[in-house]
Amino acid sequence: MWESPEPKKGYDVIIVGGGGHGLGTAYYLAKEHGIKNIAVIEKGWLGGGNTGRNTTIIRSNYLWNESANLYDHSVKLWENLSEELNFNMMFSQRGVMNLAHNEHDIKEMKRRISANRLNGLDTQWVDTKQIKELVPIMNTENLRYPVLGAAFQPRGGVARHDAVAWGYALRSNEMGVDIIQNCEVKDIKTDNHKVEGVNTSKGFIRANKVAVVASGHTSVLAQTAGVRLPLQSRPLQALVSEPIKPVINTVVMSNAVHAYVSQSDKGELVIGAGTDGYNSFTQRGGYDVIEETVRAIVELYPIFGKMKMLRQWGGIVDICPDASPIISKCEVKGLYFNCGWGTGGFKATPGSANVFAHTVAKDEPHKINEAFNLERFSNGRLIDEHGAAAVAH
Amino acid sequence: MILINCPYCGEREQSEFTNGGEAHVIRPKDPDALNDKDWGQYVFYRSNPKGIFYERWVHSHGCRKWFNAVRDTSTDTILKIYKLTDNKPDISEFQNTLESPSGEPAVGSGNFAVKK
Repeated sequence: MWESPEPKKGYDVIIVGGGGHGLGTAYYLAKEHGIKNIAVIEKGWLGGGNTGRNTTIIRSNYLWNESANLYDHSVKLWENLSEELNFNMMFSQRGVMNLAHNEHDIKEMKRRISANRLNGLDTQWVDTKQIKELVPIMNTENLRYPVLGAAFQPRGGVARHDAVAWGYALRSNEMGVDIIQNCEVKDIKTDNHKVEGVNTSKGFIRANKVAVVASGHTSVLAQTAGVRLPLQSRPLQALVSEPIKPVINTVVMSNAVHAYVSQSDKGELVIGAGTDGYNSFTQRGGYDVIEETVRAIVELYPIFGKMKMLRQWGGIVDICPDASPIISKCEVKGLYFNCGWGTGGFKATPGSANVFAHTVAKDEPHKINEAFNLERFSNGRLIDEHGAAAVAH
Repeated sequence: MILINCPYCGEREQSEFTNGGEAHVIRPKDPDALNDKDWGQYVFYRSNPKGIFYERWVHSHGCRKWFNAVRDTSTDTILKIYKLTDNKPDISEFQNTLESPSGEPAVGSGNFAVKK
Protein backbone atom coordinates (compact mmCIF):
# COMPACT_ATOMS: atom_id res chain seq x y z
CA MET A 1 0.00 0.00 0.00
CA TRP A 2 0.98 3.60 -0.46
CA GLU A 3 1.41 5.85 2.59
CA SER A 4 -1.07 8.56 3.57
CA PRO A 5 1.12 11.37 4.94
CA GLU A 6 0.09 14.81 6.17
CA PRO A 7 1.01 17.40 3.56
CA LYS A 8 4.39 19.16 3.81
CA LYS A 9 4.57 22.99 3.69
CA GLY A 10 5.58 23.02 0.06
CA TYR A 11 6.38 20.94 -2.99
CA ASP A 12 8.08 21.34 -6.35
CA VAL A 13 4.92 20.13 -8.07
CA ILE A 14 1.38 19.73 -6.76
CA ILE A 15 -0.94 17.58 -8.86
CA VAL A 16 -4.61 18.24 -8.24
CA GLY A 17 -6.61 15.07 -8.79
CA GLY A 18 -5.65 11.53 -7.77
CA GLY A 19 -7.06 9.62 -10.72
CA GLY A 20 -5.07 7.65 -13.27
CA HIS A 21 -3.94 10.73 -15.23
CA GLY A 22 -2.78 12.57 -12.08
CA LEU A 23 -1.01 9.62 -10.45
CA GLY A 24 0.54 8.71 -13.80
CA THR A 25 1.82 12.27 -14.15
CA ALA A 26 3.48 11.97 -10.71
CA TYR A 27 5.00 8.63 -11.72
CA TYR A 28 6.54 9.92 -14.98
CA LEU A 29 7.72 13.16 -13.34
CA ALA A 30 9.60 11.10 -10.74
CA LYS A 31 10.83 8.39 -13.10
CA GLU A 32 11.68 10.27 -16.29
CA HIS A 33 12.31 13.81 -15.12
CA GLY A 34 13.86 13.30 -11.65
CA ILE A 35 11.30 15.52 -9.90
CA LYS A 36 10.35 13.65 -6.73
CA ASN A 37 9.16 16.39 -4.35
CA ILE A 38 5.56 15.98 -5.52
CA ALA A 39 2.15 15.81 -3.87
CA VAL A 40 -0.94 14.34 -5.49
CA ILE A 41 -3.99 15.85 -3.79
CA GLU A 42 -7.32 14.07 -4.08
CA LYS A 43 -10.70 15.24 -2.80
CA GLY A 44 -12.11 11.73 -2.31
CA TRP A 45 -10.27 8.42 -2.58
CA LEU A 46 -7.75 7.38 -5.23
CA GLY A 47 -9.39 6.53 -8.52
CA GLY A 48 -12.84 7.35 -7.09
CA GLY A 49 -13.65 9.78 -9.87
CA ASN A 50 -13.84 8.96 -13.55
CA THR A 51 -10.92 6.50 -13.31
CA GLY A 52 -13.26 4.20 -11.39
CA ARG A 53 -16.39 5.07 -13.36
CA ASN A 54 -15.55 4.48 -17.02
CA THR A 55 -16.13 1.43 -19.20
CA THR A 56 -12.35 0.72 -19.49
CA ILE A 57 -12.20 0.71 -23.28
CA ILE A 58 -8.81 1.25 -24.90
CA ARG A 59 -8.29 2.08 -28.58
CA SER A 60 -6.46 4.62 -30.74
CA ASN A 61 -8.53 4.71 -33.95
CA TYR A 62 -8.87 8.51 -34.09
CA LEU A 63 -9.05 10.44 -37.34
CA TRP A 64 -6.45 13.22 -37.20
CA ASN A 65 -2.68 12.69 -37.04
CA GLU A 66 -2.35 14.58 -33.76
CA SER A 67 -4.94 12.37 -32.05
CA ALA A 68 -3.70 9.13 -33.57
CA ASN A 69 -0.19 9.93 -32.28
CA LEU A 70 -1.42 10.81 -28.80
CA TYR A 71 -3.79 7.86 -28.34
CA ASP A 72 -1.43 5.33 -29.91
CA HIS A 73 1.40 6.58 -27.69
CA SER A 74 -0.94 5.54 -24.92
CA VAL A 75 -1.80 2.12 -26.37
CA LYS A 76 1.92 1.40 -26.73
CA LEU A 77 2.48 2.27 -23.06
CA TRP A 78 -0.52 0.11 -22.08
CA GLU A 79 1.11 -2.85 -23.84
CA ASN A 80 3.99 -2.85 -21.33
CA LEU A 81 2.35 -1.23 -18.32
CA SER A 82 1.83 -4.39 -16.20
CA GLU A 83 5.51 -5.18 -16.55
CA GLU A 84 6.68 -1.61 -16.02
CA LEU A 85 4.64 -1.11 -12.83
CA ASN A 86 4.88 -4.75 -11.70
CA PHE A 87 1.14 -4.62 -11.15
CA ASN A 88 -1.40 -6.58 -13.16
CA MET A 89 -3.38 -4.17 -15.35
CA MET A 90 -5.42 -7.10 -16.72
CA PHE A 91 -4.88 -5.44 -20.09
CA SER A 92 -6.69 -7.55 -22.64
CA GLN A 93 -6.29 -6.73 -26.34
CA ARG A 94 -9.57 -8.33 -27.36
CA GLY A 95 -10.22 -5.80 -30.12
CA VAL A 96 -12.64 -2.89 -30.46
CA MET A 97 -15.36 -2.83 -33.12
CA ASN A 98 -17.25 0.28 -34.25
CA LEU A 99 -20.45 -0.63 -36.08
CA ALA A 100 -21.74 1.09 -39.22
CA HIS A 101 -25.53 1.32 -39.55
CA ASN A 102 -26.00 3.52 -42.62
CA GLU A 103 -24.30 4.74 -45.76
CA HIS A 104 -22.81 7.75 -44.01
CA ASP A 105 -21.32 5.56 -41.24
CA ILE A 106 -19.68 3.35 -43.88
CA LYS A 107 -18.10 6.34 -45.65
CA GLU A 108 -16.97 8.00 -42.44
CA MET A 109 -15.48 4.79 -41.06
CA LYS A 110 -13.69 3.83 -44.26
CA ARG A 111 -12.20 7.29 -44.38
CA ARG A 112 -11.09 6.93 -40.78
CA ILE A 113 -9.64 3.46 -41.43
CA SER A 114 -7.56 4.90 -44.31
CA ALA A 115 -6.36 7.75 -42.11
CA ASN A 116 -5.51 5.27 -39.34
CA ARG A 117 -3.53 3.05 -41.68
CA LEU A 118 -1.49 6.03 -42.90
CA ASN A 119 -0.65 6.61 -39.25
CA GLY A 120 0.45 3.00 -38.81
CA LEU A 121 -2.60 1.90 -36.82
CA ASP A 122 -4.12 -1.56 -37.20
CA THR A 123 -7.73 -0.59 -37.94
CA GLN A 124 -9.48 -2.62 -40.63
CA TRP A 125 -12.91 -2.91 -42.26
CA VAL A 126 -14.91 -6.04 -41.44
CA ASP A 127 -18.11 -7.00 -43.26
CA THR A 128 -21.29 -8.39 -41.74
CA LYS A 129 -20.23 -12.02 -42.24
CA GLN A 130 -16.98 -11.40 -40.34
CA ILE A 131 -18.87 -9.54 -37.61
CA LYS A 132 -21.16 -12.55 -37.18
CA GLU A 133 -18.10 -14.78 -36.82
CA LEU A 134 -16.57 -12.50 -34.18
CA VAL A 135 -19.83 -11.80 -32.32
CA PRO A 136 -22.35 -14.59 -33.07
CA ILE A 137 -24.97 -13.20 -30.66
CA MET A 138 -25.36 -9.96 -32.60
CA ASN A 139 -28.56 -9.30 -34.53
CA THR A 140 -27.29 -7.69 -37.72
CA GLU A 141 -30.38 -7.75 -39.96
CA ASN A 142 -33.66 -7.75 -38.10
CA LEU A 143 -33.48 -4.28 -36.58
CA ARG A 144 -34.37 -0.72 -37.45
CA TYR A 145 -30.79 0.26 -38.34
CA PRO A 146 -29.16 -2.94 -39.70
CA VAL A 147 -25.47 -3.57 -39.16
CA LEU A 148 -23.68 -3.00 -42.49
CA GLY A 149 -20.07 -3.49 -41.44
CA ALA A 150 -17.61 -2.27 -38.85
CA ALA A 151 -14.22 -0.72 -38.23
CA PHE A 152 -12.17 -3.12 -36.14
CA GLN A 153 -8.99 -2.41 -34.19
CA PRO A 154 -7.54 -5.70 -32.89
CA ARG A 155 -4.98 -3.95 -30.63
CA GLY A 156 -7.79 -2.24 -28.75
CA GLY A 157 -9.33 -3.79 -25.69
CA VAL A 158 -9.96 -3.28 -22.00
CA ALA A 159 -7.98 -3.02 -18.76
CA ARG A 160 -8.77 -2.99 -15.07
CA HIS A 161 -9.38 0.67 -14.15
CA ASP A 162 -8.54 0.45 -10.42
CA ALA A 163 -5.24 -1.24 -11.21
CA VAL A 164 -4.07 1.79 -13.20
CA ALA A 165 -4.59 4.15 -10.28
CA TRP A 166 -3.15 1.71 -7.75
CA GLY A 167 -0.15 0.73 -9.90
CA TYR A 168 0.88 4.32 -10.51
CA ALA A 169 0.20 5.21 -6.85
CA LEU A 170 2.39 2.38 -5.53
CA ARG A 171 5.34 3.07 -7.80
CA SER A 172 5.26 6.84 -7.47
CA ASN A 173 4.94 6.56 -3.68
CA GLU A 174 8.05 4.31 -3.69
CA MET A 175 9.94 7.14 -5.40
CA GLY A 176 8.88 9.62 -2.69
CA VAL A 177 5.63 11.12 -4.04
CA ASP A 178 3.17 12.13 -1.28
CA ILE A 179 -0.38 10.93 -1.94
CA ILE A 180 -2.87 12.96 0.05
CA GLN A 181 -6.46 11.71 -0.01
CA ASN A 182 -9.63 13.25 1.44
CA CYS A 183 -8.15 16.69 0.94
CA GLU A 184 -10.03 19.16 -1.22
CA VAL A 185 -8.21 21.85 -3.19
CA LYS A 186 -10.39 24.91 -2.61
CA ASP A 187 -8.55 27.39 -4.76
CA ILE A 188 -5.32 28.00 -6.61
CA LYS A 189 -3.35 30.97 -5.29
CA THR A 190 -1.52 33.14 -7.78
CA ASP A 191 0.49 36.32 -7.52
CA ASN A 192 1.32 38.53 -10.47
CA HIS A 193 0.51 35.77 -13.02
CA LYS A 194 2.64 33.24 -11.21
CA VAL A 195 1.36 30.27 -9.24
CA GLU A 196 2.03 30.29 -5.46
CA GLY A 197 0.30 27.16 -4.23
CA VAL A 198 -3.10 25.79 -3.34
CA ASN A 199 -5.52 26.38 -0.47
CA THR A 200 -6.85 23.03 0.68
CA SER A 201 -9.07 21.63 3.43
CA LYS A 202 -5.75 20.87 5.21
CA GLY A 203 -4.44 24.42 4.84
CA PHE A 204 -2.25 26.28 2.35
CA ILE A 205 0.40 24.26 0.52
CA ARG A 206 3.09 26.12 -1.40
CA ALA A 207 4.15 24.88 -4.84
CA ASN A 208 6.44 25.98 -7.66
CA LYS A 209 4.16 24.31 -10.17
CA VAL A 210 0.54 23.23 -10.01
CA ALA A 211 -0.84 20.67 -12.46
CA VAL A 212 -4.63 20.34 -12.54
CA VAL A 213 -6.07 17.00 -13.67
CA ALA A 214 -9.49 17.17 -12.04
CA SER A 215 -11.74 16.15 -14.98
CA GLY A 216 -15.22 17.66 -14.45
CA HIS A 217 -13.98 20.09 -11.81
CA THR A 218 -10.96 21.39 -13.74
CA SER A 219 -12.68 24.49 -15.12
CA VAL A 220 -14.08 25.37 -11.67
CA LEU A 221 -10.56 25.24 -10.20
CA ALA A 222 -9.10 27.13 -13.16
CA GLN A 223 -11.56 29.92 -12.47
CA THR A 224 -10.06 30.40 -8.98
CA ALA A 225 -6.74 31.22 -10.67
CA GLY A 226 -8.48 33.57 -13.10
CA VAL A 227 -8.13 31.18 -16.05
CA ARG A 228 -11.13 30.47 -18.26
CA LEU A 229 -11.29 27.08 -19.99
CA PRO A 230 -13.63 26.13 -22.85
CA LEU A 231 -15.14 23.20 -20.94
CA GLN A 232 -18.66 22.13 -20.03
CA SER A 233 -19.24 19.54 -17.30
CA ARG A 234 -21.88 16.88 -17.76
CA PRO A 235 -22.80 13.55 -16.19
CA LEU A 236 -21.90 10.45 -18.19
CA GLN A 237 -23.43 7.13 -17.15
CA ALA A 238 -22.52 3.48 -17.27
CA LEU A 239 -24.12 0.33 -15.99
CA VAL A 240 -23.30 -3.35 -15.47
CA SER A 241 -25.48 -6.44 -15.63
CA GLU A 242 -25.59 -9.56 -13.51
CA PRO A 243 -22.64 -11.87 -14.33
CA ILE A 244 -23.17 -14.49 -17.04
CA LYS A 245 -21.03 -17.03 -18.92
CA PRO A 246 -18.73 -15.61 -21.63
CA VAL A 247 -20.82 -14.51 -24.63
CA ILE A 248 -18.93 -11.60 -26.13
CA ASN A 249 -15.14 -11.57 -26.40
CA THR A 250 -14.54 -8.19 -27.99
CA VAL A 251 -15.69 -4.61 -27.38
CA VAL A 252 -18.57 -3.55 -29.63
CA MET A 253 -19.47 0.12 -29.97
CA SER A 254 -22.13 1.78 -32.03
CA ASN A 255 -22.34 5.55 -32.34
CA ALA A 256 -25.46 5.60 -34.49
CA VAL A 257 -27.76 3.75 -32.09
CA HIS A 258 -25.62 4.67 -29.08
CA ALA A 259 -24.82 1.36 -27.49
CA TYR A 260 -21.51 -0.04 -26.46
CA VAL A 261 -20.81 -3.19 -24.58
CA SER A 262 -18.04 -5.50 -23.43
CA GLN A 263 -17.95 -8.35 -20.93
CA SER A 264 -15.81 -8.11 -17.82
CA ASP A 265 -13.71 -10.99 -16.51
CA LYS A 266 -16.34 -11.43 -13.79
CA GLY A 267 -18.92 -12.00 -16.53
CA GLU A 268 -20.84 -8.75 -16.17
CA LEU A 269 -21.81 -6.85 -19.29
CA VAL A 270 -20.28 -3.40 -19.05
CA ILE A 271 -22.52 -0.93 -20.87
CA GLY A 272 -21.80 2.72 -21.57
CA ALA A 273 -24.66 5.20 -21.86
CA GLY A 274 -24.59 8.79 -23.07
CA THR A 275 -24.20 12.17 -21.41
CA ASP A 276 -27.11 14.14 -20.04
CA GLY A 277 -28.16 17.02 -22.26
CA TYR A 278 -27.34 19.74 -19.75
CA ASN A 279 -24.48 20.86 -17.50
CA SER A 280 -24.44 19.25 -14.10
CA PHE A 281 -22.11 18.15 -11.31
CA THR A 282 -24.52 15.54 -9.89
CA GLN A 283 -22.91 12.13 -10.21
CA ARG A 284 -25.99 10.16 -11.22
CA GLY A 285 -27.46 11.16 -14.62
CA GLY A 286 -30.98 10.94 -16.02
CA TYR A 287 -32.90 7.70 -16.32
CA ASP A 288 -34.04 8.39 -19.88
CA VAL A 289 -30.39 8.29 -21.02
CA ILE A 290 -29.92 4.71 -19.82
CA GLU A 291 -33.30 3.73 -21.25
CA GLU A 292 -32.18 4.82 -24.71
CA THR A 293 -28.95 2.82 -24.48
CA VAL A 294 -30.58 -0.30 -23.08
CA ARG A 295 -33.20 -0.18 -25.83
CA ALA A 296 -30.45 -0.21 -28.48
CA ILE A 297 -28.52 -2.96 -26.67
CA VAL A 298 -31.57 -5.21 -26.54
CA GLU A 299 -32.26 -4.67 -30.23
CA LEU A 300 -28.66 -5.47 -31.19
CA TYR A 301 -28.40 -8.45 -28.81
CA PRO A 302 -31.88 -9.95 -28.34
CA ILE A 303 -30.52 -12.58 -25.89
CA PHE A 304 -29.84 -9.78 -23.36
CA GLY A 305 -33.55 -8.93 -23.26
CA LYS A 306 -34.32 -10.66 -19.98
CA MET A 307 -31.09 -9.77 -18.16
CA LYS A 308 -31.07 -7.80 -14.93
CA MET A 309 -28.89 -4.77 -14.45
CA LEU A 310 -26.90 -4.71 -11.20
CA ARG A 311 -25.55 -1.20 -10.87
CA GLN A 312 -25.72 2.17 -12.56
CA TRP A 313 -23.56 5.21 -11.86
CA GLY A 314 -22.49 8.55 -13.28
CA GLY A 315 -19.28 10.56 -13.48
CA ILE A 316 -18.74 14.20 -14.35
CA VAL A 317 -16.90 14.61 -17.64
CA ASP A 318 -15.37 17.84 -18.99
CA ILE A 319 -16.33 18.30 -22.61
CA CYS A 320 -14.25 20.40 -25.00
CA PRO A 321 -15.77 22.06 -28.12
CA ASP A 322 -13.72 19.87 -30.50
CA ALA A 323 -13.94 16.61 -28.48
CA SER A 324 -10.16 16.63 -28.03
CA PRO A 325 -8.28 17.18 -24.79
CA ILE A 326 -6.28 20.18 -23.59
CA ILE A 327 -2.78 19.32 -22.33
CA SER A 328 -1.28 22.73 -21.99
CA LYS A 329 0.37 25.59 -20.16
CA CYS A 330 -1.66 28.74 -19.66
CA GLU A 331 -1.11 32.46 -19.11
CA VAL A 332 -0.35 31.86 -15.41
CA LYS A 333 3.28 30.80 -15.00
CA GLY A 334 3.66 27.39 -13.36
CA LEU A 335 0.04 26.38 -13.90
CA TYR A 336 -0.74 23.45 -16.20
CA PHE A 337 -3.92 21.75 -17.29
CA ASN A 338 -4.67 18.25 -18.52
CA CYS A 339 -8.40 18.26 -19.16
CA GLY A 340 -11.18 18.17 -21.71
CA TRP A 341 -11.02 14.39 -22.10
CA GLY A 342 -14.77 14.40 -22.15
CA THR A 343 -16.26 10.98 -22.58
CA GLY A 344 -13.08 9.10 -23.51
CA GLY A 345 -10.09 9.74 -21.24
CA PHE A 346 -9.42 6.33 -19.74
CA LYS A 347 -7.76 4.89 -22.84
CA ALA A 348 -5.31 7.77 -22.85
CA THR A 349 -4.24 7.49 -19.20
CA PRO A 350 -0.58 6.41 -19.61
CA GLY A 351 0.07 8.47 -22.76
CA SER A 352 -1.56 11.59 -21.38
CA ALA A 353 0.30 11.28 -18.06
CA ASN A 354 3.57 10.71 -19.90
CA VAL A 355 3.39 13.80 -22.13
CA PHE A 356 1.84 15.94 -19.38
CA ALA A 357 4.77 15.10 -17.08
CA HIS A 358 7.09 16.30 -19.86
CA THR A 359 5.06 19.52 -20.24
CA VAL A 360 5.21 20.22 -16.50
CA ALA A 361 8.89 19.33 -16.10
CA LYS A 362 10.20 21.23 -19.13
CA ASP A 363 7.61 24.03 -19.14
CA GLU A 364 7.02 23.24 -22.80
CA PRO A 365 4.90 20.61 -24.50
CA HIS A 366 6.15 17.26 -25.72
CA LYS A 367 5.88 17.09 -29.53
CA ILE A 368 2.98 14.64 -29.13
CA ASN A 369 0.81 17.10 -27.18
CA GLU A 370 1.87 20.47 -28.60
CA ALA A 371 -1.25 20.63 -30.81
CA PHE A 372 -3.48 20.08 -27.78
CA ASN A 373 -2.93 23.62 -26.53
CA LEU A 374 -5.31 26.34 -25.39
CA GLU A 375 -4.39 28.64 -28.27
CA ARG A 376 -6.36 26.48 -30.69
CA PHE A 377 -9.55 28.12 -29.39
CA SER A 378 -8.37 31.46 -30.69
CA ASN A 379 -6.31 30.53 -33.77
CA GLY A 380 -8.87 27.98 -34.98
CA ARG A 381 -6.55 24.97 -35.27
CA LEU A 382 -9.17 22.66 -33.75
CA ILE A 383 -8.71 18.89 -33.67
CA ASP A 384 -12.27 17.82 -34.37
CA GLU A 385 -12.77 14.26 -33.16
CA HIS A 386 -16.54 14.21 -32.79
CA GLY A 387 -16.63 11.33 -35.29
CA ALA A 388 -14.14 9.20 -33.36
CA ALA A 389 -15.48 9.98 -29.89
CA ALA A 390 -17.75 7.10 -28.97
CA VAL A 391 -20.30 9.15 -27.09
CA ALA A 392 -22.14 11.78 -29.09
CA HIS A 393 -21.90 15.26 -27.59
CA MET B 1 -34.67 12.88 -14.38
CA ILE B 2 -35.64 16.38 -13.33
CA LEU B 3 -39.01 18.06 -13.81
CA ILE B 4 -39.11 21.42 -15.53
CA ASN B 5 -41.99 23.85 -15.16
CA CYS B 6 -42.47 25.25 -18.66
CA PRO B 7 -43.85 28.80 -18.28
CA TYR B 8 -46.33 28.05 -21.08
CA CYS B 9 -47.33 24.38 -20.54
CA GLY B 10 -46.64 23.59 -16.88
CA GLU B 11 -44.48 20.90 -15.28
CA ARG B 12 -43.11 18.24 -17.64
CA GLU B 13 -40.25 15.70 -17.67
CA GLN B 14 -36.84 17.02 -18.69
CA SER B 15 -36.69 14.64 -21.68
CA GLU B 16 -39.36 16.81 -23.37
CA PHE B 17 -36.91 19.73 -23.33
CA THR B 18 -33.60 20.54 -24.98
CA ASN B 19 -30.96 22.51 -23.17
CA GLY B 20 -29.58 25.56 -24.96
CA GLY B 21 -26.51 26.18 -22.81
CA GLU B 22 -25.61 29.35 -20.99
CA ALA B 23 -28.15 32.18 -21.10
CA HIS B 24 -27.49 35.90 -21.56
CA VAL B 25 -24.50 35.45 -23.91
CA ILE B 26 -24.51 38.49 -26.14
CA ARG B 27 -23.08 38.39 -29.65
CA PRO B 28 -20.40 41.09 -29.99
CA LYS B 29 -21.79 44.16 -31.78
CA ASP B 30 -18.81 44.55 -34.08
CA PRO B 31 -17.09 41.16 -34.65
CA ASP B 32 -14.60 42.66 -37.12
CA ALA B 33 -13.20 44.86 -34.38
CA LEU B 34 -12.33 41.87 -32.19
CA ASN B 35 -8.98 40.12 -32.12
CA ASP B 36 -8.84 36.30 -32.47
CA LYS B 37 -8.66 35.80 -28.72
CA ASP B 38 -11.81 37.78 -27.94
CA TRP B 39 -13.70 36.23 -30.85
CA GLY B 40 -12.63 32.77 -29.62
CA GLN B 41 -14.01 33.69 -26.20
CA TYR B 42 -17.39 34.37 -27.76
CA VAL B 43 -17.39 31.27 -29.98
CA PHE B 44 -15.93 28.58 -27.72
CA TYR B 45 -16.01 29.71 -24.09
CA ARG B 46 -19.07 29.41 -21.84
CA SER B 47 -19.37 29.61 -18.08
CA ASN B 48 -19.42 26.25 -16.35
CA PRO B 49 -20.08 27.00 -12.69
CA LYS B 50 -20.69 24.45 -9.99
CA GLY B 51 -23.68 26.01 -8.28
CA ILE B 52 -25.85 28.77 -9.67
CA PHE B 53 -26.10 28.68 -13.46
CA TYR B 54 -28.22 30.74 -15.86
CA GLU B 55 -29.29 28.61 -18.80
CA ARG B 56 -31.69 28.36 -21.74
CA TRP B 57 -34.22 25.61 -22.42
CA VAL B 58 -36.58 24.93 -25.28
CA HIS B 59 -39.71 22.81 -24.89
CA SER B 60 -38.90 20.79 -28.05
CA HIS B 61 -41.59 18.13 -27.61
CA GLY B 62 -44.22 20.61 -26.42
CA CYS B 63 -44.87 24.26 -27.22
CA ARG B 64 -41.38 24.66 -28.80
CA LYS B 65 -40.88 27.95 -26.99
CA TRP B 66 -37.61 29.07 -25.46
CA PHE B 67 -37.26 30.26 -21.87
CA ASN B 68 -34.54 30.76 -19.25
CA ALA B 69 -33.87 28.99 -15.98
CA VAL B 70 -31.59 29.39 -12.98
CA ARG B 71 -30.40 26.00 -11.76
CA ASP B 72 -28.02 24.81 -9.06
CA THR B 73 -25.72 22.48 -11.06
CA SER B 74 -24.46 20.83 -7.85
CA THR B 75 -27.90 19.41 -7.04
CA ASP B 76 -29.95 20.06 -10.22
CA THR B 77 -32.48 22.07 -8.19
CA ILE B 78 -34.25 24.58 -10.43
CA LEU B 79 -34.32 27.87 -8.55
CA LYS B 80 -36.20 30.04 -11.00
CA ILE B 81 -37.80 29.88 -14.44
CA TYR B 82 -38.44 33.08 -16.38
CA LYS B 83 -39.38 34.16 -19.88
CA LEU B 84 -36.91 35.52 -22.42
CA THR B 85 -38.56 38.93 -22.12
CA ASP B 86 -38.00 39.04 -18.33
CA ASN B 87 -34.94 40.68 -16.83
CA LYS B 88 -32.02 38.51 -15.69
CA PRO B 89 -32.59 37.82 -11.98
CA ASP B 90 -29.78 39.07 -9.74
CA ILE B 91 -27.50 36.35 -8.37
CA SER B 92 -28.07 37.67 -4.83
CA GLU B 93 -31.64 36.29 -5.05
CA PHE B 94 -30.25 32.75 -4.82
CA GLN B 95 -28.41 30.99 -2.05
CA ASN B 96 -25.22 29.16 -2.98
CA THR B 97 -25.02 26.00 -0.89
CA LEU B 98 -21.36 25.28 -1.66
CA GLU B 99 -18.61 26.27 0.76
CA SER B 100 -15.88 26.23 -1.89
CA PRO B 101 -15.99 26.42 -5.70
CA SER B 102 -15.49 22.67 -6.19
CA GLY B 103 -17.07 21.56 -2.89
CA GLU B 104 -19.95 19.17 -2.51
CA PRO B 105 -23.44 20.11 -1.30
CA ALA B 106 -24.69 18.40 1.89
CA VAL B 107 -27.36 16.52 -0.05
CA GLY B 108 -28.15 15.88 -3.69
CA SER B 109 -24.70 15.63 -5.28
CA GLY B 110 -24.81 11.87 -5.85
CA ASN B 111 -21.09 11.82 -5.04
CA PHE B 112 -20.22 9.15 -2.47
CA ALA B 113 -16.45 9.25 -2.99
CA VAL B 114 -16.10 12.45 -0.95
CA LYS B 115 -16.48 12.72 2.82
CA LYS B 116 -18.86 15.53 3.69
